[in-house]
Amino acid sequence: MATYRLNVNGSQKTVDVDPSTPLLWVLREELKLTGTKYGCGISACGACTVHVGGVATRSCVVPVSLIGGPIVTIEGVGNDPVGRAVQNAWVEKDVVQCGYCQSGQIMSAVALLKATPKPTETNIEESMGGNLCRCATYVRIREAIMSASQQVK
Amino acid sequence: MFARIRSLTPVFIMALFATTLSLSLSQAAKPESVTTAAGLAAWDQVYSVLISPRCINCHTATNYPQQGDDRHRHFANVIRGPEGKGVPGLNCISCHQEQNADSTGVPGGPNWHLAPLSMQWQDLNDRPLSSAAVCRAVTDRSKNENMDGAALLKHHSEAELVIWAWNPGHRPDGTTRTVPPLSHQEFVAATRTWVEAGTPCPKGR
Repeated sequence: MATYRLNVNGSQKTVDVDPSTPLLWVLREELKLTGTKYGCGISACGACTVHVGGVATRSCVVPVSLIGGPIVTIEGVGNDPVGRAVQNAWVEKDVVQCGYCQSGQIMSAVALLKATPKPTETNIEESMGGNLCRCATYVRIREAIMSASQQVK
Repeated sequence: MFARIRSLTPVFIMALFATTLSLSLSQAAKPESVTTAAGLAAWDQVYSVLISPRCINCHTATNYPQQGDDRHRHFANVIRGPEGKGVPGLNCISCHQEQNADSTGVPGGPNWHLAPLSMQWQDLNDRPLSSAAVCRAVTDRSKNENMDGAALLKHHSEAELVIWAWNPGHRPDGTTRTVPPLSHQEFVAATRTWVEAGTPCPKGR
């Protein structure tokens, strides 16, 4: 076991966990931030996506010992103007069906729009290609990202 | 007169010895001291490493990396991106950290990224290029980030992602990833011999 000080959604958190513990389980089990979901456990589906140091990160495969920057989860992303715009667009377009993958979808979409405020269809396809949705809400996700991009300067 | 010659003989011998030693040392330091044949043999060894999966999986000609010893397309729709580091939302460092994550089976190293397309060692069908073609690419300074022989030797000796190939970590099932066919020490020695021979390339396509 080891002690780690993490900046999560702007707050300092201290956790005492095994160094090999994936960040996902630190967030969910230690910090009770259950908005980030466990999907595949091998970074193939994107449900566990959070931001670490501003980079969309698959929290299910990154051990807490390798975390090197502030963490933003779905619980905190709305504090950011881009995050807020994306969440509003998600509501506006009624994107969600079952919802299980959607926190990861939003985190990837925010990462895309922060780097590329006016994305093309290709940009969206490439950046969101690692986020799977069994309900196949892809069309609405694309519309919501385009809508959010209109709100992002 | 003979006495004078006798008195000069040790000086002459020492001068001759010094000249011979000097020539010998200077020849040892010159690239020509390694024959082209030896250089080509060394290149064969270097090539065997470059086309091993730990190296060639990130020297693709396509817009995606490969993974595994069977060199299959990287899962999760990972793509190259404009700088060889993926795209926002799906960067290489979304999963690959500064070091291997053995508890989850994800390899990692500093600045994880794909080699530039100019350093592609495969064709568009993911088949490794010939030894001659890879050698031409590696030695073409318009393609290799302007590296001369010395810089190539340094790259093979010290570049962190090169060295990673001999410390590739564990697969998700806990087994150790395959390493290249030579040790890193042997790889560097072969590169040095090839460089000292003047980086000769095999003929052919």
